[in-house]
Amino acid sequence: MEPIIETRGLAKSFKSFKAVDNLSFTIRHGDVYGFLGQNGAGKSTTMRMLLGLIFPDSGQIFINGQEFDNSKRHLLKNIGAIIERPDMYGYLSGWDNLKIFAALSDKHIKPARLHEVIEMVGLKGRENDKVKAYSQGMKQRLGIAIATVHQPDLLILDEPTNGLDPQGIAEMRALILSLSKDHGKTILISSHLLYEIEHVATRMIVLNKGKKIVEGPVSELLNPDETLIEIECAPDEGLKSKIMQSGWGGHLQVCKAGAFTMKMNVNRTPDFNKWMVENGIRVQEIRSKHSLEAYFLSLTTETTATK
Amino acid sequence: MISLLRIELYKIFKRPRTYISFGIVTAITFIIQLAMLSGGRDFIAFGMQGVSEQFDIQGHILNGYLVTYIILQSLLIHIPLLVALVAGDALAGEANLGVLRLLLTKPIARSRLVLVKFISSVIYTILLIVWLAIVALFLSLLLFGPGDMINMKSDAFVLILKNDIMWRYVAAFGFATLAMTTIAALSLFLSAFADNSIGPIMTTMGMVVVLTILSNLELPLFNIIKPYLFTTHMIGWKGFFDDPVPYAAIGRSAMVLVGYTVGFVTATILYFNKKDIKS
Repeated sequence: MEPIIETRGLAKSFKSFKAVDNLSFTIRHGDVYGFLGQNGAGKSTTMRMLLGLIFPDSGQIFINGQEFDNSKRHLLKNIGAIIERPDMYGYLSGWDNLKIFAALSDKHIKPARLHEVIEMVGLKGRENDKVKAYSQGMKQRLGIAIATVHQPDLLILDEPTNGLDPQGIAEMRALILSLSKDHGKTILISSHLLYEIEHVATRMIVLNKGKKIVEGPVSELLNPDETLIEIECAPDEGLKSKIMQSGWGGHLQVCKAGAFTMKMNVNRTPDFNKWMVENGIRVQEIRSKHSLEAYFLSLTTETTATK
Repeated sequence: MISLLRIELYKIFKRPRTYISFGIVTAITFIIQLAMLSGGRDFIAFGMQGVSEQFDIQGHILNGYLVTYIILQSLLIHIPLLVALVAGDALAGEANLGVLRLLLTKPIARSRLVLVKFISSVIYTILLIVWLAIVALFLSLLLFGPGDMINMKSDAFVLILKNDIMWRYVAAFGFATLAMTTIAALSLFLSAFADNSIGPIMTTMGMVVVLTILSNLELPLFNIIKPYLFTTHMIGWKGFFDDPVPYAAIGRSAMVLVGYTVGFVTATILYFNKKDIKS
């Protein structure tokens, strides 16, 4: 089967700033594809190029095996998207907004389908309110309704949990998982919240300064045994040299006067804690980071250090 | 295309801002009519001073047709602003709202979107001019009654018999619609470059004011460029109240306005088709 999305050597610059640099990746049917990178890594620019909002300087985009450019916008028929914020017409009701964007999808959509998605995203009873009266969470949910109303094969979600409270984030995560598992959608998702990606993505790509650092299945890329350990301690000027002179030096990632980060197998934490106590380091707190966060930081830190 | 147009019109006429223009037209028209009701006779007597000494003028000079002509002279200067409020907002306003981003993720050709936005701006313009015709012409006829019209020009007086006037107004309103369509096209063009609607609206008005001044300045330097300025031709509607009607000049003006309109819309399509949507 053809990949649903394939890019080859995609590049885009804004004046002298290279936003995306020779980027090639593949999204297969059924993937929940995590798009990771720091701010300015090129995630949004790439997503906008996939949707024809921004034109690449070079490279190719294939949607279901067909090359996509501005003259082939009909290929967008099977894609639904939220880019950054789901902005809508505030002076119209949620229902009107949904109806308008459904009509623009170039598919015949019956009113029953509109009711179905309103119910799916939990806006039943509020659909006739003006969008300007909606909370950020409701707007995000309406955005998902707009993105899915025409039953697209692929959803492109750029920061779908932006501006949501913890409950909203949990609801959005459940909705995305349901769209993938229950409705069989392929999803391309970017988020600053790595925990979210870790829990929903099956494959992922990490970008840094517009370039691909790594791409592959989440289960293969993440080493569950290795994690980042953050330690807070009483300020100690000689802290870094103490660690570097010990056998633990190779694990040190970042070190300040009163805090440092180690990358190690989580099972070795008790031994390291014992060593710190024996060497007079007054530990205040030890916490481990999530595995994806650790992986992401190690990748982007290494790349920055290499540069 | 029709469904896209229907959506565009729905959005325009669901927006409260749209009706401000209709309110302004009504208010200004009503104020002028009230002023004419209270002090119109003195105003006309002052304007006719030189003529009444040489001619014996009978009947109601201050009638509905003359008041409509006065209203048109005053209002057609301000209507470009009202047209720009909608046309200048068409692309830039949606970019500002962030909706343009969502809109363009749909399988719609950008050129079609620009065309639909232009057509909907023209429909809005037509409705505004029709509304102006209703409140200015019909209300004035109701308040002042019909009669022969004396068109007071700077160098002559043109007498138009009352049976010969209505078609002139229909033609004049038609020509005014064409002139305002050019303004809509200009605003839409400027709107494609901006990410909020204030810029295109203000720039449209700025251009109309500056070019109108250039069109009216009697200086040799400007006489060369005057025939090429669209503002020179926007007042072509006045020709329908001359005797004989200068059809050739009106036709030339109409062609210039059509040329500008086509030019602005084509340029908008060409630019917008290549524009990166970053907002």
